[in-house]
Amino acid sequence: MAALLEVRRVTKRFGGLTALSRVELELEEGRIASIIGPNGAGKTTLFNILTGIYPPEAGTVSFRGRSVLGLTPDQITALGVCRTFQNIRLFANMTAVENILVGMHSRVPLGLWHVLSRDPKFHREESRLWDRAAELLDVVGLRGKANELARNLPYGDQRRLEVARALASAPTLLLLDEPTAGMTQGEARGLMALLRRLIAEHGLTILLIEHNMRVVMEVSDRVTVLDYGEKIAEGHPTEVQKNPRVVEAYLGRKKWGQAPGPEHA
Amino acid sequence: MSARAFPATLIQRPVPAAITVMAVIALSSYSVAHFPRSIVAFMLFQASILLLYFSGVTPWLKAILAVLTLGLLMPILGTINGFYLEVAIQVGIFVALALGLNIVVGLAGLLDLGYVAFYAVGAYTWAIFGSPQANRFISETTAQFPLPPEWFFVFLLLGVLTGAMTGILLGIPVLRLRGDYLAIVTLGFGEVIRVLANNLDKPINLTNGPKGITPIQRPPLFFRPVLNLMGIEASPVTLYPLYFYFLVLFIVGVVILVNRRLENSHIGRAWEAIREDEVAAQAMGVPLVRMKLLAFACGASFAGVMGIVFSAKQVFINPESFTFLESIGVLSMVILGGMGSIPGAILGASVVTILNLQVLKGLSLWLNELRNAGVTILGYNLADLPSQFEPAKYERMIFGIILVLMVILRPQGIIPSRRRTRELREK
Repeated sequence: MAALLEVRRVTKRFGGLTALSRVELELEEGRIASIIGPNGAGKTTLFNILTGIYPPEAGTVSFRGRSVLGLTPDQITALGVCRTFQNIRLFANMTAVENILVGMHSRVPLGLWHVLSRDPKFHREESRLWDRAAELLDVVGLRGKANELARNLPYGDQRRLEVARALASAPTLLLLDEPTAGMTQGEARGLMALLRRLIAEHGLTILLIEHNMRVVMEVSDRVTVLDYGEKIAEGHPTEVQKNPRVVEAYLGRKKWGQAPGPEHA
Repeated sequence: MSARAFPATLIQRPVPAAITVMAVIALSSYSVAHFPRSIVAFMLFQASILLLYFSGVTPWLKAILAVLTLGLLMPILGTINGFYLEVAIQVGIFVALALGLNIVVGLAGLLDLGYVAFYAVGAYTWAIFGSPQANRFISETTAQFPLPPEWFFVFLLLGVLTGAMTGILLGIPVLRLRGDYLAIVTLGFGEVIRVLANNLDKPINLTNGPKGITPIQRPPLFFRPVLNLMGIEASPVTLYPLYFYFLVLFIVGVVILVNRRLENSHIGRAWEAIREDEVAAQAMGVPLVRMKLLAFACGASFAGVMGIVFSAKQVFINPESFTFLESIGVLSMVILGGMGSIPGAILGASVVTILNLQVLKGLSLWLNELRNAGVTILGYNLADLPSQFEPAKYERMIFGIILVLMVILRPQGIIPSRRRTRELREK
């Protein structure tokens, strides 16, 4: 089976700093893969390149066999790649349901004329959007908070709303940047159960940046380890766990199974 | 509820509210009719419209009352004192401008300090072709211009188009700019348009420079034969203010409708998302370029069409009408009313226009009278006031103080944008 996402020799520099150096990544459909690594390893930079926020200096990124380099973030989202952000970036002064509705933008088949004339198609589509938004709120367990402003939601709810907003664009590939950061172990487990369900029900593929090792080990089919912008290991979680380079670079400083320290909050 | 809530129930519960509102409207219109020169009476009338908006009167009755006040009472009062109709027309024009700017600044969060440029473009579009001006650069001999007055209606649509096109023209170079930088560039753009209008009298005389263009055609009085049939003999002098009043009222109605439809759609939501977080919006699939250009185009088209009306109403325009101060004026209406809120923009435009045309003017006239009469306050004779302190000069200052106080005490505006215009309802 051809890989859904293929990252080949991607290099990114910020001035003198090499954030990513010839990174390779391959992801098959229907899987959950994780990217781990110490702070500053280039994980989020990789996400930003995948979603078109900035271009790499070298290398290729292809999604479903098609290069996505040079596309704008909204075009990439329309292709079926959507993400969440490490530091939550909800539309703070919009309600939860409106946040999700914005996420559907690339799937709205309406033009200016439909909006101005309010023809039957507009009403049909609009009510379909609202129904779908309600469904998504149900999926992440925020139904009762549909009309709350995003900024008034508790932290954990904001994280889940971000996931729902990303799901709203009907992605094939979902990129989650530390989705459980700041969550309790119980909340994190709940979110992971949800992700597994989404994969089973919707054929979603997920790429995860995560510091919560318990989560990573439980859900991932594959783990990629980055350190100083280089891929130092890849494979099944149990293999990676034993890799001496990984232990040295990253895991040596921390025992397995411990909850992340306050620096990730 | 307790007795304390009594005044509130008067305007909140449908039936008492209907009675109160109707009484206030009747009383205020009666007092305007009786004291046609009293500013207070007319302001009471304006306040009654506001009261109607905020009251809890049943929607259908509210609509009927609104149509009656704006469609019948206001024109009647306007024939009693023509100045009031002029105030109403000005309010209408600025409401449309504020609503247009509200899309750009309030919804999409793109600070535009040169908004009046679009108004100028609309005004000059009709001014040039609706006056002999166009002959000067098209053909001096055949004198095809001014275009017949019927063309005015074609130009209303053209105003929308030229406005939108100018909006896109401004939008393209500033797409990558945000915040302060965007504001500076739009400010420059506004000035460029004004300077162009001021200087395009040579080598080809397009705008007639600082001398301005006159006479500009007014729209045709196509309904006059009907009035004659009904036995009403009205001169253009009385007809035109009423005509413009209804024209402006109609356009404002359309503008409000378009605004509401845009706001409650995926387009409006995309604009708000851009305002909230541009990067996240784009990552969620909002095409930034298209949506920003659309915001500029929509906002500018309202200004364009009102520019056409303005030039026809004034019969004469020159670059002086489109200064930076005008842009700031419209922006202050949007901020005062409440950014991103349609009723806010309407109220902001009304309050600022009425403040400028009536309240502050009235205040400075009154102070001047006191001064001329030599009234003594706290042992100081006002007649000794040096000319630097001439009351007319307070107008801007008082307006400035009001703005500063509003921004400090109520930064969200008079009617803040009601975020939950549409809520998800449980089924």
